[in-house]
Amino acid sequence: MWKTIVRRIFIMIPQLFLLSILVFLLAKAMPGDALTGLVDPSLDPAALEAQRERLGLNDPWHVQYWNWMIHALQGDFGQSFRFKMPVSELIGQRIFNTIWLSVATLILTYLIAIPLGITSGRYNDTWADRLITGYTYLGFAAPLFIFGLVMLWLFGFHFDWFPTGGSVKPGVEPGTAAYVFSKIYHLLLPALSMALITTVTTVQLLRSEIIDTKQRDFILTARAKGASESRVYNRHILRNSLLPIAAFFGYEITGLIGGTVFIESIFSYPGMGQLFLSSISLRDFSVVTALVLLYGLASILGALISDLILSIVDPRIRIK
Amino acid sequence: MSKLATAEADRSPSGWKIIWREIVRDKVAFASFLFLGLIIVFVYGISLVLDQKQIVTVDLFSLYKPPSAEFWLGTDYGGRDVFGQLIIGTRNSLSIGIIVTLMTGIIGILIGLLSGYFGGSVDNVFMRFVDFFMILPTLMIVIAFVTAVPKYSIISFSLIMTAFLWMGIARLIRSKALQERELDYIQASRTLGSSHLKIMFTQLLPNLSSIIIVTMTLNLAANIGLESGLSFLGFGFPESTPSLGTLVSYARNPQTLESRWWIWLPASVLILVLMLSINNVGQALKRATDARQRKG
Repeated sequence: MWKTIVRRIFIMIPQLFLLSILVFLLAKAMPGDALTGLVDPSLDPAALEAQRERLGLNDPWHVQYWNWMIHALQGDFGQSFRFKMPVSELIGQRIFNTIWLSVATLILTYLIAIPLGITSGRYNDTWADRLITGYTYLGFAAPLFIFGLVMLWLFGFHFDWFPTGGSVKPGVEPGTAAYVFSKIYHLLLPALSMALITTVTTVQLLRSEIIDTKQRDFILTARAKGASESRVYNRHILRNSLLPIAAFFGYEITGLIGGTVFIESIFSYPGMGQLFLSSISLRDFSVVTALVLLYGLASILGALISDLILSIVDPRIRIK
Repeated sequence: MSKLATAEADRSPSGWKIIWREIVRDKVAFASFLFLGLIIVFVYGISLVLDQKQIVTVDLFSLYKPPSAEFWLGTDYGGRDVFGQLIIGTRNSLSIGIIVTLMTGIIGILIGLLSGYFGGSVDNVFMRFVDFFMILPTLMIVIAFVTAVPKYSIISFSLIMTAFLWMGIARLIRSKALQERELDYIQASRTLGSSHLKIMFTQLLPNLSSIIIVTMTLNLAANIGLESGLSFLGFGFPESTPSLGTLVSYARNPQTLESRWWIWLPASVLILVLMLSINNVGQALKRATDARQRKG
């Protein structure tokens, strides 16, 4: 097992290297450089050139890449010219909002998927199953941003049940119970909107796993030995059907990354996705590069988690 | 819904026949198929008559008009006719979806075929690249490239989308080609002296065609969704070239979302219906390729 983990982590090294090159090229391809935001029209071009020289912007690209990477490894992504503060600090303010949103979405996703999947798989081809299958069909086709908009329109504006923006009510003292409650209240609608869409693949997977497992020989054996119906389902079928679901957990994380960008934009939720979009519109490129790198890192870690869970769950695919 | 398959005594039906039968048997899929055909004829037909320049020209005397006889679906914040934008937007979204699907299909099929047919170290190299592209946060990278590209046009937009979306189909074709190359007919053809190229493109590829069609159909829905999503966020087409996502993006203004439904709701419903229909057809095709699941 340890061998598998170590090998799998080694596979990440070239991935991280390629990612860093891609992000570096992206940063170079973007118009402007670290000085653009600071330039004053009255500045002497010679002085500007000296500054460029000092910052190493005239060095050959591999030297620049090396310097950039050394800084990035230390968490130094330069300055945001829009907010006039270090990028790492700026991201630090936002990252937790996105993490809370993702955690809430994951919890809701499984809270919805497991009962629906079990009902649909256990009582397949009944009206309840048809209803659930219809929902997964619709949810599979519906783009997240449209569903999010409709949810915001219905529950945010029309019924006025939920706040329509922000991550917390302004003026609430941090650290109090009211603050925590307000945070959760602001999270609920965005997280639910995303969960209702992302959950459909898990429901479909769980349903087909349960239907598959139901027909296996060991279930017949369990029934023949006189196990009660609830024992057959809870102990034998469910346990075996949940394994593939667990294995997809890591991919679920990767999938959330794109989703949070849409959801944060629709619900004006101040997370990393919203920061990414506004920074790109205002050409604050040091923030953009840092965020792309962070998102890339998150999906590499998501893939790592999936593979590790898979190898724990299914011994056949362990690396020998 | 399923009836017993009508037994054909003589020979098994051809691939196209099976696909057609499966679509006709499944009423929902057949309705979706007809609907898609109608939409395509309607949208491409009407947009020949419509003048895109005139529709996207701002008219300050008719801002935010609700639906009327003159403007069937009202006007947007620039006084532009929503119905006309809807038609042109559907055409643009469909076109870009089809272009991207075809381009990703060609790249994916080439890489998948080479990788699966030769196997070994060729496969290893290609698959490491696929693995790398698979884990990239596609949405952010596409958005970042869209803004970084100096000359931004429909061509560069579809190229950027293609560059980060070809991996899924490559992986699928590769795994099917790996299975297929072990079969006797490939070995036989090789023994008879056929070249690798001939085997790959005239013998192996036709046997994968049904899977390719299914995947490309389902990809088409996904690509239309991604394009309208990008346009919704403001990183797809410019406003002068409306897409369905552009119309939905006007709903990011809370007042439009709350009280001017005619701007964003028709486009949203149209995206949903388009994606549902394409998925329905795709699912029917998928069943046609798997004899166990067929209805007809």
